[in-house]
Amino acid sequence: MSGPALVGVDLAFDRDARTVLDGASLAVGAGEVVALLGANGSGKTTLLRLLMGFLRPARGRVFLDGMALESLGRRAIAQKIAYVAQIPAAPFPYLVRDVVALGQLPRSGWFGAARGTTRAADAESVDEVMERLKISHLVDRPYTEISGGERQLALIGRALAQGAEILVLDEPMTGLDYGAQLRLMALLRALAAEGRGVVMSTHHPEHAHWACDRVALLEQGRIGAEGPPDQVLTTAAIERLYGVKVEAIKTDAGRKAFAPLNLG
Amino acid sequence: MSNASCIEARPPWRRRAPGALPLLAVVLVLSAAGAMTLGRYPLSLGDLLAFFGARLHLVSLAPERDDLLRNLILEIRAPRVIAAASIGAALSVAGAAFQSVFRNPLASPGLLGALGGSCFGAALALLLGLSWAAVQGLSFIGGLAAVALGVGVANAFGAASMITLVLGGMISGAFFTALLSALKYMADPYDQLPTIVYWLMGSLTGISLSQALTAAPAMLAGIAALLALARPMDALAMGEDEARSLGVPVGLVRYGAIAAATFITALAVSLAGMIGWIGLFAPHFARLVVGPRNALLLPASALVGAIFLIGADCLARSLVKGEIPIGIVTELLGIPAFLLVLRRSRRSWT
Repeated sequence: MSGPALVGVDLAFDRDARTVLDGASLAVGAGEVVALLGANGSGKTTLLRLLMGFLRPARGRVFLDGMALESLGRRAIAQKIAYVAQIPAAPFPYLVRDVVALGQLPRSGWFGAARGTTRAADAESVDEVMERLKISHLVDRPYTEISGGERQLALIGRALAQGAEILVLDEPMTGLDYGAQLRLMALLRALAAEGRGVVMSTHHPEHAHWACDRVALLEQGRIGAEGPPDQVLTTAAIERLYGVKVEAIKTDAGRKAFAPLNLG
Repeated sequence: MSNASCIEARPPWRRRAPGALPLLAVVLVLSAAGAMTLGRYPLSLGDLLAFFGARLHLVSLAPERDDLLRNLILEIRAPRVIAAASIGAALSVAGAAFQSVFRNPLASPGLLGALGGSCFGAALALLLGLSWAAVQGLSFIGGLAAVALGVGVANAFGAASMITLVLGGMISGAFFTALLSALKYMADPYDQLPTIVYWLMGSLTGISLSQALTAAPAMLAGIAALLALARPMDALAMGEDEARSLGVPVGLVRYGAIAAATFITALAVSLAGMIGWIGLFAPHFARLVVGPRNALLLPASALVGAIFLIGADCLARSLVKGEIPIGIVTELLGIPAFLLVLRRSRRSWT
């Protein structure tokens, strides 16, 4: 991690007089994938939305490359951070090409080609992104008619077209089949290897083990534990987080996974 | 969402055709010309060409023929055609904008109470026996007041999210509909009430050329303002957080679009009363042709709405000896048209 890029410090947030977050701190730097784990309703989405600046924290601050987030314009933020929301739906049948091309909006302004480029170059960069994600065949398909996994890839394509250095993904694996999950993990690793920072929330401890450099556990409105998955994601931590007993398994290749001790 | 839909070939109507815009423009010109020839005193296209040719000093017409054509075309037919085209365009574009901004395929100018408020304002002016300009002015003020009330209610109930905004619009619409009923109750049943009721049915009669020519540029300006918001509105149609993460100032774009759409709705209402359905079905029809991108959808909606209302006006004028209020025609035509669109677009709404 070469200097943290997006940092949330001591973030607190209340909703309807209920404390959702009470001093959570989370950072993601260039070249790393960070997993955010927590039980349902623990505030993962709220924490990610605070990091994006969508919500105003009751306490605490968010910094982007050392600058206070609230001092930056929405567009300046959009040029650095991309966001993929949880189970995004679209009421209208935008083509996948249009969805990916929306990623150019922060750089292009409202009317046309990105600054310093042409429409043709913009279209080409959309094509490049789609080729990289192997979704070129979807280019002229309506976003409303493709599978959940394909939508997720289209939105990641949009994030890449955005040229953002940091990707914030809210449960990106939700609804993906097993193969799509593993391919998405490989893609996130590849993006980190290029120097991008990735932070994602997930419900699967294995995702953290297999794809992440660091994991943060959200418990009672704070980050209860944080560090390399091997050290943080112990069977005791899983029991504390989810209230279930598991055993840890190590594969021949040295990857870690969990299995339930009993399902009775 | 089934994967089967990925495999089946896309029917022709799902193909996107940006080339449809010039085609629609040609259809609009043709239907406008056709509408000019239609009426109690039939004209031929040759008459139209001769008249406009004479204006450009290309041909010369006998003075009495020229007077007759001038009267028929400029005083009687042109105001109706210009009004029909601009009102149809305005209501359709307003509908398309509301649908994008509210991410709701069923949104229309009636949402947010814009129609109800405009109608109340205009009816109030009619009741007070005010001038035509005052009818327009109060209609516009009523529309904006209704939207302000709807947005105000939404804000009072926490963050102005999509659902609270729609609920606010419903409440505001119901409030102004009730006020409108009160006005009808108070109106003189022999004189004012028929005027108000007839006007509420929607009609293009009695619009003068100068009224049409004053309102049309204002509506075009509103449409242009919405066009300027086309791309951020695309982002907003994907979701609020999505739009924010793409650097879009969500509040500015949303309220800017609502204000512009309400402005052109109120102008249309003040000119011709209540003309329903068009703002709901025309954007859907346009979306089937050019896709959902607002940069294409808004102009396509404008063209479709203009063509549809010119056609509806022709029917209103020629079906019976007198004239049917155009609002009735658009409702009768709009329902089957909307059912057709519904059948073809429902898959993308799931």
